[in-house]
Parts: sequence; C-alpha cells; structure tokens
Amino acid sequence: MRIIVSIKQVPDSSEVRFDKETHTMIREGLPSIINPFDENAIEAALQLREEHGGQVIILCMGAPHAEEQLRQAVAMGADQAILLSDRRFALADTLATAYSLSTAIKKIGDYDLLLFGKQAIDGDTAQVGPGVAEMLGLPQITYVRKIQISDSKVIAQRVLEDGYEIVQATLPAVLTVVKEINEPRHASLRGVLKAKKVEISIWKPEDIDADPARIGKNGSPTDVIETFTPEPRGDSQQLSGTPEEIAQALFALLRQQNII
Amino acid sequence: MIYVIEEKCIGCSLCVKACMFGAVKVVDKKAVVDEDICTLCGACVTACKKHGAIVIEKQSREEADLSAYKGLWVFAEQRDGKLMNVALELLGVGRDMADTLNVPLSAVLLCGTDAPAGDGIPQQLIHFGADQVYIIDHPLLREYQTDIYAKALVSLIDRYLPEIILFGATTIGRALAPRVSARLRTGLTADCTGLTIDTERRLLVQTRPAFGGSLMATIVIPNHRPQMATVRPNVMKRLEPQTSRTGKIIEVKDTSLQAEDMCTRILEVIHEADTTVNLQEADIIISGGRGLGKAVNFKLIKELAHAIGGAVGASRATVDAGWIPSYHQVGQTGKTVHPKLYVACGISGAIQHLIGMQTSDIIVAINRDPNAPIFDVATYGIVADLFDIVPALTKAFREKLGKE
Amino acid sequence: MNFDLTEDQKDILEAVREICEEELAPKADEIDRKGEFPWENVELLARYDLSGIPIPDEYGGLGADFVTWTLVGEEIAKACSTTGAIYGANILCIHPIYVFGTEEQKRKYLVPLAKGEKIGAFGLTEPNAGSDAAGGLASAVKDGDEYILNGTKIFISNGGQAQIYVVTVKTQPGRGARGMSAFIVEKDTPGFTFGKQEEKMCFHALANCELIFQDCRIPAENMLGRENRGFRVAMETLDVGRIGMAVGAVGLAKAALEKAVKYSKERIQFGQRISSFQAIRHKLADMATEVEAAELLMLKAAWLKDQNRPFGRIAAMAKLYSSEMCHRVTDQAVQIHGGYGLMREYTVERYLRESKLFEIVEGTSEIQRSVIAGHVLK
Repeated sequence: MRIIVSIKQVPDSSEVRFDKETHTMIREGLPSIINPFDENAIEAALQLREEHGGQVIILCMGAPHAEEQLRQAVAMGADQAILLSDRRFALADTLATAYSLSTAIKKIGDYDLLLFGKQAIDGDTAQVGPGVAEMLGLPQITYVRKIQISDSKVIAQRVLEDGYEIVQATLPAVLTVVKEINEPRHASLRGVLKAKKVEISIWKPEDIDADPARIGKNGSPTDVIETFTPEPRGDSQQLSGTPEEIAQALFALLRQQNII
Repeated sequence: MIYVIEEKCIGCSLCVKACMFGAVKVVDKKAVVDEDICTLCGACVTACKKHGAIVIEKQSREEADLSAYKGLWVFAEQRDGKLMNVALELLGVGRDMADTLNVPLSAVLLCGTDAPAGDGIPQQLIHFGADQVYIIDHPLLREYQTDIYAKALVSLIDRYLPEIILFGATTIGRALAPRVSARLRTGLTADCTGLTIDTERRLLVQTRPAFGGSLMATIVIPNHRPQMATVRPNVMKRLEPQTSRTGKIIEVKDTSLQAEDMCTRILEVIHEADTTVNLQEADIIISGGRGLGKAVNFKLIKELAHAIGGAVGASRATVDAGWIPSYHQVGQTGKTVHPKLYVACGISGAIQHLIGMQTSDIIVAINRDPNAPIFDVATYGIVADLFDIVPALTKAFREKLGKE
Repeated sequence: MNFDLTEDQKDILEAVREICEEELAPKADEIDRKGEFPWENVELLARYDLSGIPIPDEYGGLGADFVTWTLVGEEIAKACSTTGAIYGANILCIHPIYVFGTEEQKRKYLVPLAKGEKIGAFGLTEPNAGSDAAGGLASAVKDGDEYILNGTKIFISNGGQAQIYVVTVKTQPGRGARGMSAFIVEKDTPGFTFGKQEEKMCFHALANCELIFQDCRIPAENMLGRENRGFRVAMETLDVGRIGMAVGAVGLAKAALEKAVKYSKERIQFGQRISSFQAIRHKLADMATEVEAAELLMLKAAWLKDQNRPFGRIAAMAKLYSSEMCHRVTDQAVQIHGGYGLMREYTVERYLRESKLFEIVEGTSEIQRSVIAGHVLK
C-alpha cells in the first residue's frame, strides 16, 4: 500500500505558560512539534504498512524549518518525506492549503490512502482533509478511530457525538483520524540515525505545476483582519468554610445567577 | 505587505511580545519583521497602536461582481428526523443579520421522510425565525452522507445563490461544509463564536478562536460567495418560538441525486449508552481529574452530575488511565465545551485541559493544591479535598432540588 | 579536549529521553512495588533499538560507541533503576560473546541479544566464591564432543528470565584462575535449572537467583574463548561491568538529585522555600558536584574503551567513586525531604536502598580499592 500522510508543524502549546497577571497564555518562543493528531495519522500509516506492506510518504506544507518535523516522522519509520516550501505557498487559508496539498499529492501519484489528523491545534479548523478529498474527488471519512483495510476497501469506525458509526469506502480514500485511534510510537534509535541522512525533497510551486492564483494569499478567500486576546476571566472568588457551608454558599451563588 | 516606520519605532518590544510566530525582533533598538515567518495577522500593529510604527498594507484585489448573491441561509441539520438545537441557534443569530442585510433568512433542510414536507420540522424552523425553508426530500438524503448531501446542497446554492451560509460545527457540519466550500472554491471559517455584519462592505464578520482559544481572530471573505461559516453549538442564542410566524416552504426536486454519488457507505450506527447528554450541548458539566485517585471514584462525579442535572466530563489523565471512556474527555485533544457551569474536581488545570473549557460561563474549581493552575480560570475556587466537598455538594443539591 | 557530545549522540539522547520520560519513568515505582520482572520494558528497549547499542550493525546492533551506551544507560537508569539494572546485566553477556565469540557463536547468540529478541546474564559468583572470584567450584568435564557442567552460581542478575547465559566453570580444578573456562549456556538446557528468586532489600523486580547445573550437557562448541583461559573472559567482562555499575549509580544519583532540587523549591518552612537555606544549598551543591565528577570518570572509562586503550584502572575508579557517591547523594536526598523522605510515596527512600547494590555487586568497594591500589603501586 502507498500511504501519504499530511502533517503540519505547529507551536508546542504544552510549553505555554500562563501569565497570572493578565490571565493569558505566554506564546513567545515556543518550540515546534508535529501536530499531535498528525502523529496519530503517522502511527496509523506505519501500522497499516506493518500489516499490508508498502510505503509511507509524509507530505508537509510549511516553512523551511518544518524539515525538522519531517525528519522526526522519518525517525518514527516513514519511508519518504516531501516539504512544500516557498514564500508563495505562505499565508494560505484552508482552501489554498488544500489546493497546494492536493496538487502535490497528484504529483506524488499512485496512492491508496491519504491520512490526515483531525485538525491542527493552532488553526483548529479540521477543513484541510475534506478540502483535499474534494479536490481529488475522493471519498472522505472523518473522525476515524479504527481502520481496517481489505480488498481495496477501507472499513472505518467514525466517532459521533454520542457513539460511532462503521463506514465503508473504496480506496483510494481520505481519512482524518482522532487521537483515540492509537498511541504514536517514539522514534527508534535506528530511525533517528536514518532520519539524519535521509534526503527531504523540497518542492516549489513549479515542481507541482501549481496555479499561482490558487496558492498562498492569492488563493485564500478568507482574510484575517484582526487578532486579539480574549477578555481575561477576571479574579476568582475563594469559597471557604466547612464542606456544608461551602455547598450552601455555592448553591446560593448559582441560584442567584440562574444557573440552577 | 508589512513594514516598520523606523522614525516612529522606539524599540519598546511590545510588538515582539505580541507576535506568537516569533517574526518580530528588535535589532539596534528598531523593530525588524521577518517576512518569511510573518503571517500578516496584525497583532504587532495592534500592539503598536500608540506609536503606529508598524504598518500592514493590504494589496487591493479586483472586487468580483458578487451582487448576484443575496440571502442568508442556515443549514438545518437533522438526525433521524430530529432537528438539532444548533440549527435553531443559527436562526437566532441569523435573524438580526438577515434584517440588517434586508434579505430573507432561509433554512435549508435535506431529509428523506415518508411524510410530506419534512414532518413538522419546516414549521419549527419558521417559528424560530426562518422566513423561508428550502426542502429537498429524497430517500437518498434520509441519513447524512457527505457526497450526496454535498451534491444536493451545491446544486441548491448554484440555483439560488445565497450570500451567506451558516452550519453548526457538529461532526456533520464539519464534514459537509469544507467539502462544499472546496467545491465552490469559496471561503469557510470554522467554529465561529461571533457573527456580525459589516454594513459598509456588506460582509459577514466572523470571530473565531485559534490556538486552542488563547487567541481570537476576526475574519471576512471579501471576494468569494457564498461566505460560509460553521458555528459552535451552544454559543448563539435561539429566539423564543413564535407559533404565529408564517413563512414560505419551497420544496425542491433534485432528480440528479443517484446512489452512485455516494462514495462511502454506512454499515452500522452504534449509539453508546451513558452518553444521553451530549457534552457540547450540556448546560452543566461536572468534571473529574486525576485527583479522584482511581476509577471507582468517578461515582462521586456521576452522583453530583445527576443531582444537579449535568453531564460528566473528564480530564485526559483519567481517560488515558482507563477510568472513563474517551467521549467524556474535555480538552485540546478531547471536546471543547462552554456550558453555563463547569465544575472541575481534582483537575490541576494543565493548559490542554483549560483550552477545552475556559470559555464556560462559570467555572468552579475544587482542588487540594492552592497553586493548581485551574484556579487561574475559576470564578469560584475551593481549596479543599474533593472527597469532602463533592459529596457535600451532592447532598445539598439533592435536598434543594428535590431529586433523589 | 572536547567534552561535547557528537551530533549523533545528542539526537540519540533526545529520542531516548522522550522514551524514558514517557514510558519508563511513570511506571518505575509500580514495577518495584509489584516485584515482577518488567518484560514490557525489555520489549520496549528492543523495539526502539536500545538493546545492542555498542554492537556493530552486522550483528544486529546499532553500531554506536560505548560512550553512547553509557549515556543511554544513564537515562534509562535515571528513569527506572530496575530497567537500568537489566540493561547493565545484559551487557555482561553481550560483551564477552562479542569479544571472545567465534563467528558462529556471534551469529547464534550475539545477534538476538543485540536485537533485543533475547536477554542475557553472566554467571561468575558462587556461594563460596564472591570477591574470591577464582575460587569457584563449579566444574565442566569433557565427554566426547560435550562438556558436563556441575555446580551452582548465586545471586545472578537476570537469572531465570534471561535466555542466554555466559558462565565460568573450572575445567581444571585446583589451578585457581588458570583452570577456569567460560561457556555459553541456553535456558531450558536439560540439567540447567534455577533456584528461587531472591527477595532483596531493593530492586524487587530485578531477577536474581541461583543457576543450578546438575550433569548439564552442553556442546563443546559452546566454550567461549579458549580452554582454561576463561578467567580472562571474566575479568574483561567485569571491567565493562564496572562501567555499567557506574552508569546505574550515576543515573540513580541524578534521579535523586532531581527530586531533591524539586522538593527544596516547593517545600516552604519558616515562610521560605527551603532552597533558600544555606544548609540545603550546600547539600545540593555537594551532591551536584559529586554527580558531575562521577559522570566524568564514567565517561572517561568508556572513552578509553572506545579507543581500545586499557581502561581497567579508570573503570574501577568510576565504579568505586560513583557507587559510594550514589549512596551519599541518595542519603542526602532523603534527608532533604525530611519526614516525607521516609514515605514510600516520595520514592527517594527506594533510591537510598537501591544505592547499596552498587557498592557491593560486581566487585565490592573493597575489591575496587584493591584493584586500584594494584595499578597505583605498579
């Protein structure tokens, strides 16, 4: 099986510290990591390769230093890594990103399965996976927590708000995965040493015959006109006393505010 | 493009602090922007309001002729013949905006019923604010399936040209909307928490959280139509239903829909027990964390939740430890919730958890450790042993609310 | 003189740290409490290529150097002392087969060890031969193309769990060290059984038991090295083992120091963090200095070995110093924790108990002093 996993480099929010004065998160100078859901996607691909044989190819659109994350993916066991990196790809919204990725995927060609993480923890949109599926004309299954492949078909468990459904599609297909699907492996030491030497292909718009009008800022219908930090919550009130006293006080406060 | 007016820059580094991408540095007392990293988000411009030393110039693009697109649509999500609450919330926020734009507010209903005109749902939609309801009632639309729903919706859009479409950010909305927006090559903003109209430019102004909610972004779609957005459930307010309201019901026949259009097949749907309350729609959530010590102690959480009429939430640590199934997990890699009341019991408040619940109206934190980060977001903090407090709360609420 | 790690070493350690922090450390207390041999950790080491670090790629190893082996071992020992001890005991089987084994022996035994498919143990010590290593009575008598082994080994780490054993026996009794030969014996060989697992003061999950040979027949080609030259195999293995002991002791000491530092920053008495009190600050300074010094001795010994230069003297010094240092550091770590230091929940009491192992096993401190004096007085 040829599996392409699309990953994104994101800031490591677990390193975020909380500014106690302003009640906001201090975001400066965060290290970069592979988007956690994409790690689940990589692991899913590696497990499928273990079961069915084949190749795992990692694709990433990002800044040049995203190469670090691609090497991490190779250290986990991926066979090949491709980075779409060029100023013209930058500032893309989800539509332009989906276009860039799907054009690259067409160039890679001959794939059986496309895996994405559910969403990126910085953008939180969950739109790129379905967007790529649409542009490649492929079936999509989102929120996948279990994958079974047999006879060119995929049978997946898709998580719903109140349970799950079992969905079938013919390959090639696009799947976006949730974290319950697996526990991503660490890089093995052999993988680490291999990843240092592996050549990461860097592709520019010319390499994938991308339409300049559809990539980057040009290809982005949405426009961020402002960013701001949300209103801080304000100081908290301590409730103290015996448990019974606290319970009475809390009840009164909640009743007063029409919560109960 | 972005540039620094050096004469105005005093090297105070406020812009450096504001930039979450590390794209601004102060070199020789002047701000310098690395355009390779800069995303033109404008945080530094805002930070430098006082001096105005950083400027972003938007490249002007040709304004496409979008005047043909009129009308505000709401996707009326239904499951098993039941209308989802979020659809009514969308009508609530859509009503004002439609009036501002002076266009009809229309609900779009895709369904496959045996009864004519969708079995009461269209009337419900009108009572809650819709002026019109477009219905495609087709056997293939009985259950949600991405390809067939996308096809039906796109053909409706191509026919009636709405300028705005709103979806609930549910598992369906988040699967369907990006498929449709990609097909139409238009803009889609996910998970909006705020929607208004810029009357001057006749644009939908969307506000949404990024970075797990630690940053808010305001977004518009100036040159593409329809402007699409998914909206978080339980954020917008639905209107009071007015049974006297009337509206137009437009039944649309789509003969192009075929079974071959569906590229995925649902083999089985399993509703899981113990999930009678959808966390994301719950008004009250009682959540348990590692402080519970062991799986069996979730009993305390469930009892309090039952006594107060709330849903049960959990931190990632408890889910990873196998104390409770993962659909209770609140947090960055779990569910994002914003109930009226969130009670965190024995949860320390790691960033990844806060991201999932910090927009709740009222947060009550119960933890032995006075330094636990959860107290930074708590409205009411209780530094005590949860094994003393939680049962006391359950007892008090049971007595006062008369539930046994 | 370059004290820096190579780029490869840095990258390897970064990966190892992640594995240690996320997989090994969280379960360390529980493993010791349960007292069951942690096979899942052994499999984890194999899965991530940590089992055969200093063995060349052609024999299934990672092909890195011995310095890297020690640095990785230190991280493992710091996260989980039991897993560190298994890692250290394993090298006592891997090393002699690598150095003294025939090509066939390497293919048959070294490869699975290096890949982590199997683990090994080293059987030298006997009930009546501890420090007096050459005084063992276990014997091997040639019979056709086999040897018949008889005798008992005691306290053997990884004993009962390991699949491959390197044991020393007398092929010529009465000649002391010059009558000793080394053999490779596989578990489940008829005549080779194990005594009960020993209940110890510490390292409850580590396997330690007797190896019992009763007319155990093994093929003659299982002799490791030449006949009656087995003492050399043992001594060289012990030299490597001494570095291994230093690895475990330094790792353990670092773990204890880390806990002590953390606690002193959190504990408030008399309105201040105790880390602001000179008594505590001086203790921490001493502990940190000792750990640093021990680590340098350990690294120098490993470096000398990688250079194929004699490393016995430095290895003995590293073992001696780091084991006694570890005892001091873990002791002070408990002290800094005050009453909490005595509580199981706070882990440092386990560290103190574990430190005792390093002062005794693989050559007591007294033996190390003897060895060092021998070098000093040449």
